[in-house]
Amino acid sequence: MSMRKQLVKTVERLLAEDEKIILLLGDIGVFGFRNSFKKFPERVYNIGILEQSTVSLAAGLSMTDLIPVVHTITPFVVERCVEQLKDDFCYQKLGGNFVSVGGSYDYAALGCTHHCPADVGLLKMLPGMEIAVPGTAEEFDLLFQQGYANNRPTYYRLSERENPYGFEVTFGKAIVVQEGSSATVVAVGPALKPVLEAVKALDVTVLYYTCVAPFDEETLKNYCTSGKILLCEPYYRGGLVSDIVRSMWPMKVLVDCVGVPLEFLSNYGSAEEHDESIGFTSFNIRKQLENLINA
Amino acid sequence: MSKSSDSTFANVAPINKMKRSIVSVAAKAVEGHIASAFSILDILWVLYDIVLRIDPQNPDKFDRDRFILSKGHASLGHYVVLAEKGFFPKLELESFCAFNSPLGGHPDWNKVPGVEASTGSLGHGFPMAVGVAMALKIQQSPYKVYTLIGDGECNEGTVWESALLAAHHKLKNLCCVVDYNHSTDRALLVGDLEEKFASFGWDSCSIDGHDHDQIHNALTYQPKDRPYVIVANTIKGYGCKRMENNPEWHHKSPSAHEVTEILEELK
Repeated sequence: MSMRKQLVKTVERLLAEDEKIILLLGDIGVFGFRNSFKKFPERVYNIGILEQSTVSLAAGLSMTDLIPVVHTITPFVVERCVEQLKDDFCYQKLGGNFVSVGGSYDYAALGCTHHCPADVGLLKMLPGMEIAVPGTAEEFDLLFQQGYANNRPTYYRLSERENPYGFEVTFGKAIVVQEGSSATVVAVGPALKPVLEAVKALDVTVLYYTCVAPFDEETLKNYCTSGKILLCEPYYRGGLVSDIVRSMWPMKVLVDCVGVPLEFLSNYGSAEEHDESIGFTSFNIRKQLENLINA
Repeated sequence: MSKSSDSTFANVAPINKMKRSIVSVAAKAVEGHIASAFSILDILWVLYDIVLRIDPQNPDKFDRDRFILSKGHASLGHYVVLAEKGFFPKLELESFCAFNSPLGGHPDWNKVPGVEASTGSLGHGFPMAVGVAMALKIQQSPYKVYTLIGDGECNEGTVWESALLAAHHKLKNLCCVVDYNHSTDRALLVGDLEEKFASFGWDSCSIDGHDHDQIHNALTYQPKDRPYVIVANTIKGYGCKRMENNPEWHHKSPSAHEVTEILEELK
């Protein structure tokens, strides 16, 4: 099941369980949520294509003891609404859920207006914003179930691309996938898939993060004796570098990054073609990892 | 424009007293939008004195009307009314904009009793008010939501997005007051706001925003099936001749000499 279908299933289940949930769709996913529209007409809205006001409106719902879930394509819920998320949710300390779909260049053929590798970097700059990056549909279900009513603004980054298998994830905690001594790889969300292929037969630790805010400093500190860290993120690269350096203080660390370069990916085609184009591949990850180990 | 002599709200004393407080506080802080506060003070006074169903001793009680000041820079006008109605001690006003004060240049709902939203960036309070009104409708609450926006704020796209949303969802529990003091005419003319809101599906009226009877009648109007806008024709800096419609006073602190003269004028 895709993350998008899982979103429908998860939210439909929670709508039945918790009558405080209000779903606001930005004219996206309307067909998918058709059963929810029928079952909960007072709490499911295709609010329209006005994302900034939708986020502010959601804050008004939250002020009045309801739990908003806002869903649309990534650039429209994040980049277009940064100020609303900052002022209306983060500054006011209100709870709300913002679920995107289409991570980074998932919608490669649609061009740069529909890409959003900046999402995590932008939202990391908003104090109080929590950020979940699930790697599978089941992980989204677990994270959303745990976080949707946490009374904090929370972003769920859904992707069309998934890892081959998932984990019993806990909101805010990293998973130790394997232990080794030469280096530590920090893989975020769907970046775990190429990482798993890249580390075959290498004596390295792999830590899997499905939450990047709050960042689980403790697990990194406990599983990085080498001081060598390769950070693999499915969005603009280097987003967690400051978290990593702070976690490891006062230990000196060598950090290298794999992720999306800070440039417009103006070609079309498929997401896989963009992976190849920017070097977001298991081959390249292994190469960078070996260089780091030998550094 | 002047208050009607046979007004139900017989004396001007509370208004001028609050205006004097605004001037003194702003002068001490060397901060504050005095003229904007004067522009909305009559509206806020009638709203809090007569209309809103609220308890200053229990400002977070769920069953209450809500007011969101969307044009947050007029916060001084809101603060003096809240203090006058007993939401917090008047002495607190003296701390306006001090480092540890709860009373900032823009209002903060986590710090100030009676403030229903943290505003400042224009075009946020109105859609939040739409959300609160929608929530109250979903919860079948009989309480109402009032918001006050500026005509300059009407430059923001979210104002018109909010107007669409409120009309579409038939939020008859929402009343939006536009403080139409024409201060942004120099940038962008917003024209006939009553007609514009009506064309978006709102019930609408225009009033003299300094006439307490007109304000009261408008604020207590009950629309049948749609949101309601009150276009309040106001004078920025109302009551202080040197400030009235004078852009220089949009964000200016008076000198000691000016304070003396303004306080004398407001006696």
